[in-house]
Amino acid sequence: MDNATTSLRQVARDAGGRATKALPPAPRKPAGRHGTRWAGWLFLAPVALYLLAFYAYPVYRNIELSLREYTVRSFVQGGAPFAGLGNYAKVLSDPTFGPALLHTVVFTAGSLAFQFTIGMALAVFFHQHFPLSRTLRALFLIPWLLPLIVSASTWSWMLNSDAGVVNAGLGALGVSPVNWLTSPQWSLVSVVIANVWIGIPFNLVVLYSGLKSIPPDVYEAAALDGATGWQRFRRITLPLLRPVSAITLLLGLIYTLKVFDIVWIMTKGGPTDSSTTFATWSYRLGFGNMLPAFGPGAAVGNLLIGMALVAGLIYIRVQRRQHLS
Amino acid sequence: MTAHRLHRRWKTAVGVALTALMLFPVYWMINVSFTRDQDMRADPPHLIPIGGTLEGYRAVLHQQLPYLGVSFLVGLGTVALTLALAAPAGYALAKLRPPGGGALSFVLLIAQMIPGIIMAMGFYAIYLNLGVLNSVAGLILADSTLAVPFGVLIFAAFMSGIPRELTQAAVVDGAGALRTFWSVVLPVSRNALVTVSLFAFLWSWSDFVFASTLDGGGDHQPITLGIYHYIGNNNQQWNAIMATAVVASIPATVLLILAQRYVAAGVTAGAVKD
Repeated sequence: MDNATTSLRQVARDAGGRATKALPPAPRKPAGRHGTRWAGWLFLAPVALYLLAFYAYPVYRNIELSLREYTVRSFVQGGAPFAGLGNYAKVLSDPTFGPALLHTVVFTAGSLAFQFTIGMALAVFFHQHFPLSRTLRALFLIPWLLPLIVSASTWSWMLNSDAGVVNAGLGALGVSPVNWLTSPQWSLVSVVIANVWIGIPFNLVVLYSGLKSIPPDVYEAAALDGATGWQRFRRITLPLLRPVSAITLLLGLIYTLKVFDIVWIMTKGGPTDSSTTFATWSYRLGFGNMLPAFGPGAAVGNLLIGMALVAGLIYIRVQRRQHLS
Repeated sequence: MTAHRLHRRWKTAVGVALTALMLFPVYWMINVSFTRDQDMRADPPHLIPIGGTLEGYRAVLHQQLPYLGVSFLVGLGTVALTLALAAPAGYALAKLRPPGGGALSFVLLIAQMIPGIIMAMGFYAIYLNLGVLNSVAGLILADSTLAVPFGVLIFAAFMSGIPRELTQAAVVDGAGALRTFWSVVLPVSRNALVTVSLFAFLWSWSDFVFASTLDGGGDHQPITLGIYHYIGNNNQQWNAIMATAVVASIPATVLLILAQRYVAAGVTAGAVKD
């Protein structure tokens, strides 16, 4: 990106290069350096404690919740009986489990496919030089920066069956109105549409910065050889962009698995669970009822952590491999 | 030359059209916020708010100001806490490289992958026992988990690019690690400070999961809950709902205009960390 981070890093690299040439290689104070290495932990200690208190402990409590029979009363008075894997068994045999899994997969795959493809097309388009391209690209970030509740409620009203602008637009094209949010066969599509809209800017920005790192002479050489635009995209852009694409997709995967706000605000997972994902199911079990089922809610949540961690470990592997190459 | 210029102008036209299409929902939100109640269900909908009303914004002023105030407070608190934790840690990881620092970076990466709903449930259990549910401080603490790992990694990436001569000169002048951090490293890390603050503020401003689970019954609720209650209690007055949405979007828009390049830098650095 054309930000100061890159240029500073460049400066640092240059300075480092010069420094090694100019200075004798002997380190000045080895003992002192050893001291500063440990002094580093004074700067890290707050974050380390913070991670223990505000990540490790909540996750531990969540695992504990999933293994016990918790009610609001047993929270306060204690004495929630140990249930072993009972909550997990309950969740796995619940009629909601199959649909929730399917919806999570469809929601994630659908969102990723569309936001990546559209983001890629836009990145290629904005990579060309034309007046206003910078400003327009900045405007594209707005959907990503808006609070999710704002985007979700705007889409709710746009997709309203009777008075929504989307159905009015379809009507002008001669398409009969669709019950976007209130019919089981469209509710999942509706939340995917909203999520794709929110995800496009992220894909655009990351892929655009990937495009910028491809040296332009590769394209010039291809143009001299008479390659068409599509050939250049297929043979140069896509392969050279593969590392960045992989990261973009994996981060999108991790993010999309977590999506809760959009679905909850637009459909609450309904009608009749037709847009329930693991995230909304977990929330509904834990907080959405008068009688909360914290144990099963936590169990669903932990299944979700498992999925996110698998994606996360793939992400780390991919990134490390890229780092080596 | 003229053909080339024409070609570029044509691309600008396409770009403007694509941007307009993408931003249509934002426009629609603004349009509906000015639409009169009786025009709300017009068929076809009015594309511009003819004979518009400020009714929606009047409702915001009357009902939503306290929510906006809480969101500002929570946002600023989250920024302060995030910077205080993340900047020193980033410095340590980038420059002091203590043993075990690599493992900590790994943990930070993993921490970002835990879904918010799971964190919310864990926090709920803890807060209930501690009796800090429905408190602004509790919400600030929970919201800071959205930005702290990101902040540490951004600071570490940025500060590792600070020339070594700069910090070594400070050491030669007799400054300790703390002094070097405060008087040398922090001042040149302005870009990273802005990027991290920006995202910490935006994420806490937009947070709905923690707000609804940890502050759902409090006297001091953030604007996301303000909108949520509004939709729940009052799904007829869409101009007021959308007016609130417009007002809630103002910080994001202002920050985008003021700090455009930091936003892009943050997105990219968040994706392709090195």
